[in-house]
Amino acid sequence: MASINVGGKDIALDEEGYLENLNDWTPEVAEVLAKGEDVTLTSEHWEILNFLREYYEEYQIAPAVRVLTKAVGKRLGADKGNSKYLYSLFPYGPGKQACKYGGLPKPTGCV
Amino acid sequence: MSTKNFLFVNRKAPYGTVYALEALEVVLISAAFEQNVSLAFIDDGVYQITKGQNSKATGMKNFSPTFRALGDYDITKLYVSIESLAERGLTVDDLMELTYEDADDDYAEKPSIILVNREEMAAMMTEQEVILSF
Repeated sequence: MASINVGGKDIALDEEGYLENLNDWTPEVAEVLAKGEDVTLTSEHWEILNFLREYYEEYQIAPAVRVLTKAVGKRLGADKGNSKYLYSLFPYGPGKQACKYGGLPKPTGCV
Repeated sequence: MSTKNFLFVNRKAPYGTVYALEALEVVLISAAFEQNVSLAFIDDGVYQITKGQNSKATGMKNFSPTFRALGDYDITKLYVSIESLAERGLTVDDLMELTYEDADDDYAEKPSIILVNREEMAAMMTEQEVILSF
């Protein structure tokens, strides 16, 4: 099974690179996961990651992209609540990629 | 892709079996494909949307908060059987407050729960194109 080493601790990943155990997540884990895909997390990335983690905390699910886009627009403004902006941050798909770095499961309905 | 009226009928208690959790997953997937999705809660299914659930002793995740996200998925019609509530000594006050924001009405928050009796439930079902029972 795949794993990453963060601060001397081995963290298990599933076959698609998501955390096996959601409690393993720390901001450093996010940085390492992003680096593995040649992404450097900026404050714009973190805004979305934090939003997703709060959404998960509240509703116990990772939202579908359509729902994420709408919710981001409501919370962070229309200039960010559109797929162009989200894809510019997370080109592999805002749902998939942001949930991965955020230590959340793959969004329900995401194939 | 054409849009169809989907109804998911929930008849089982939330914990002890995987029916309720699996049904909710399918509901979210259907909605992600922009289908017109409604839910019905009948028999022990009404327990799925009761307030203050604590699933600790069952070893299952308390997934009831996810029902509050349904509005985000444009799932705005949750039909609850009046008879099933009454048979279990429950009233609408025992249920979570589930709402949606009506985009056609300046995003006013409106209740998603619709209490229906048997005849109304049956009439609503005749309007559906796909009915899946869990």
